[in-house]
Amino acid sequence: MTVEVSPAASPTAFDVLGSVRNILASIADPEIPAISIVDLGIVRDVELVDGMLQVELLPTYIGCPALEMIRATVSERLDPIRADPSSGVRQVLVTISYAEPWTAERISPAGRAALRASGFAPPEAGPRLLTLARPATCPYCGSRRTILENAFGPTRCRSIHYCTACRQPFEQFKDG
Amino acid sequence: MTARAERPPGIEPGLGPATRELLLALADDDFVLGFADSEWTGIAPHLEEDVAMSSMAQDELGHASAYYRLLADLVSDDPDRIAYDRPAEAFRHNRLVDHGRGDWARTMVRRWLYDTANAIRLEALAESTSRPLAELVVKVRREESYHLLHGEAWLDRLARHRGEPRRRLVEAIELVGPDAPSVLTALPSEAVLIDSGIQPVPGADLLARWSARIEPVLAGLGLSLPAASPAALDPDTARSGHGAAFNRLWTEFSSVRALDPEATW
Repeated sequence: MTVEVSPAASPTAFDVLGSVRNILASIADPEIPAISIVDLGIVRDVELVDGMLQVELLPTYIGCPALEMIRATVSERLDPIRADPSSGVRQVLVTISYAEPWTAERISPAGRAALRASGFAPPEAGPRLLTLARPATCPYCGSRRTILENAFGPTRCRSIHYCTACRQPFEQFKDG
Repeated sequence: MTARAERPPGIEPGLGPATRELLLALADDDFVLGFADSEWTGIAPHLEEDVAMSSMAQDELGHASAYYRLLADLVSDDPDRIAYDRPAEAFRHNRLVDHGRGDWARTMVRRWLYDTANAIRLEALAESTSRPLAELVVKVRREESYHLLHGEAWLDRLARHRGEPRRRLVEAIELVGPDAPSVLTALPSEAVLIDSGIQPVPGADLLARWSARIEPVLAGLGLSLPAASPAALDPDTARSGHGAAFNRLWTEFSSVRALDPEATW
């Protein structure tokens, strides 16, 4: 996440952006609540220019039905800052951007740990289509003796796997 | 802190009519295919396939929605109004997706032919001088790569299974194959799009690239694509004159909204 203030912004603008950052870090992904939208890497940019607070979101998948919900939640949660006259924020604009594609590399180390702890294998590094062909690491027992059952899982961003070591089905968060 | 990201500029207003035509073609292709393929939800050959097919249909509708959004920004309209409030004859999807979904073999053949042609088209558009379009296309291509793997696996499976699967596959290729080139046929205003670089590669070149990409795959399975229909190669008919299958589809996808166009959801 990049956080920007315009040169003319007052010193307090940095405090405001700190609050904004904390609020964003507390918003959970609606489909996998274990991970925040910041750890998931979908917040690309936060900017405060002339009283306009702009938050730019990158979709994990273009047709993701949770995107509109995330956008609405971000607007709603940032509204108290807009309503506070001392914040200098007069307007909040949450935009969906394709300025760069969301990729698995955008998930933070804390986000990867959160995914594993809730039974999701985080996406693996490396050339994306090859990672589909390589076995995923089981989030329960750590084995790589796993098979891909379906590249298309219960939501657009998840694939379905089975661990032959601990005999546990699991999901992987798919690279976008 | 890094350098402040530039905001994407709007698409050049002076190129309006030609750009509108391109965006509408991209959007309508994905919308019509996505809607038709979504009819398999719940009735696909097996459960995992049901999930996969539904995911891909959702992707296509997502891509269509993003193209309609670019178009809506260009003409100051609403994406839903463009998608749902047009008469059937105003749609500009290609002749390949105009065919109904048919049986599973036809759906798979159509998907593969469309996905391969679309991939060639998107590869070129990733270099478009229109930045919002080029940026969106980069993301769309990443998602489409999963579809290509899926389509090729099914083509292979149906072709290698002698008897009914292969017979149905061949029938489907004979039926929809002649219309497949219409995905890439030059748009009526292609000259303007090429001059401005919004579409960097002419349709004729895209068609040649696509043939070079798919012919070896088909030949390897003892298959071939039938000759193109004249209507599919004519810019004036490649995306108009829709058939009964589309009219039925249109009636269905516009029916809920037609009940109360002003309703909010």
